[in-house]
Amino acid sequence: MLQRLEHLLGIEDLTREQISFILDQAKPFQEFQRHPLKKLATLRGKTVALAFFENSTRTRISFATAAARLGADTMNLQAEASSLKKGESLLDTVRTLEAMRPDGIVIRHSSSGAPEFVADRLGVPIVNAGDGTHEHPTQALLDALTIRDRKGHLEGSNLTILGDVLHSRVARSNIHLLSKFGVRTTLCGPAMWVPRELETLAPNVRRVTRIEEALEGADVIIALRVQTERLHEPALAAEEYILRYQLTPRRLQLARPGALVLHPGPMIRGLEIDDAVADGPQSCVLEQVTNGLAIRMALLYHLVGGAAVEPPPPGKTP
Amino acid sequence: MRVVEKRQLLSAEEISRTLQRLAHEIVEKSGGTKDLALVGVRRRGVPLSERLAKTVKDFSGVDIPVGTIDITLYRDDLSTVGPQPVVHSNEINFSVDNRDLVIVDDVLYTGRTIRAAMNGLFDLGRPKRIRLCVLIDRGHRELPIEASFIGNSVQTSDTEIVEVHLKEIDGDERVVLVDRVP
Repeated sequence: MLQRLEHLLGIEDLTREQISFILDQAKPFQEFQRHPLKKLATLRGKTVALAFFENSTRTRISFATAAARLGADTMNLQAEASSLKKGESLLDTVRTLEAMRPDGIVIRHSSSGAPEFVADRLGVPIVNAGDGTHEHPTQALLDALTIRDRKGHLEGSNLTILGDVLHSRVARSNIHLLSKFGVRTTLCGPAMWVPRELETLAPNVRRVTRIEEALEGADVIIALRVQTERLHEPALAAEEYILRYQLTPRRLQLARPGALVLHPGPMIRGLEIDDAVADGPQSCVLEQVTNGLAIRMALLYHLVGGAAVEPPPPGKTP
Repeated sequence: MRVVEKRQLLSAEEISRTLQRLAHEIVEKSGGTKDLALVGVRRRGVPLSERLAKTVKDFSGVDIPVGTIDITLYRDDLSTVGPQPVVHSNEINFSVDNRDLVIVDDVLYTGRTIRAAMNGLFDLGRPKRIRLCVLIDRGHRELPIEASFIGNSVQTSDTEIVEVHLKEIDGDERVVLVDRVP
């Protein structure tokens, strides 16, 4: 029997069965994206708070669209407008949100562990939309759905992750998720971004310095976004990164025929990925976006829907 | 609470004969098979719709399109049922626009499932007409919904349950009336 999920805080603590359940539940919502009328009343009367304490466009729009298509209303809290800038603590901010009685809170925060901190203190389902360098579980789920759709299965594949693995919550969630399905992961990037500790994150993770070696035998390649502010002299110049680590058509040929190319976006063309690869037949970047909607709809349906929790008796409101 | 079988409503042979009749009625009342399509409601409406289509094929030679609809996302009791039920995909590989649709289900009871199925179909387009075909109509409607094609009408009390067993899903084939006794 599947353990009922209360929150989605990360991939690390999920079982393989729970992950498969979420991926299976995304299937009907994939079909739904092709409906001419994309509006359900399933979560009508429910409110999802989108608490983004860190800038985000893609993930926020994806969650907002997922909620809207399920018929839920959304409350938006964005970093620039939030009271955090005025010195309010995270806990006070989310308690204020909770007092408006949302049925779920989607939270992105620059501090690792912030969604868990909130989940421990509020009685509302929490979805982690990315926390610090910790996890970005919905991204890993949509990546897994994309890989499973194209390959038919996840088991036994060879995954290569390129770039700034150290600072990437996308990479961490993906490594946790795919290793549960027996995927072998190769990490490749400048040494300062691929420290030895990452090998202990999950079973079957190795580091490789040369991209040519990292791509050999790869079935799936995830190119991470390179944050330009992290590229500077003398540590690493952009030109050097491009020369040594850019995913080019020529390098892609070293991977298995038909290897998939994923990118969590936003892509910086000409830096971590070449145009021809980004737009080529092996690229899955647009499927990833559509699958993100399906995954988020499935999660909101299961986490935010269901029987309403009894409101606390009068006078006991926190 | 125990569940006891009170009586058998239909045998396997009677189910088969009823479906033969329903298939003929559907084609006759539709003036042919033009624009006709069947949509089975998960789960037991699905094998019933496939069997109806096969019968139509046998006597008219025409393949009428058959689809499957899952009503989970359209239920009106989701906020009262606790953990959310598992969602399944619709499988409707034809355009419903201007179709003459017949929804197929095993038992017509409150009418709420059919309301949900119609909402689901409208999200896919604008059918020309929607009618309903059920194997058993057991009464106790809570919505103004009636079937156009009915296998059997049965008087039931509201503690009774009509159980439809189909070989594709249940292994055996019969319809029984059971009752809940304290």
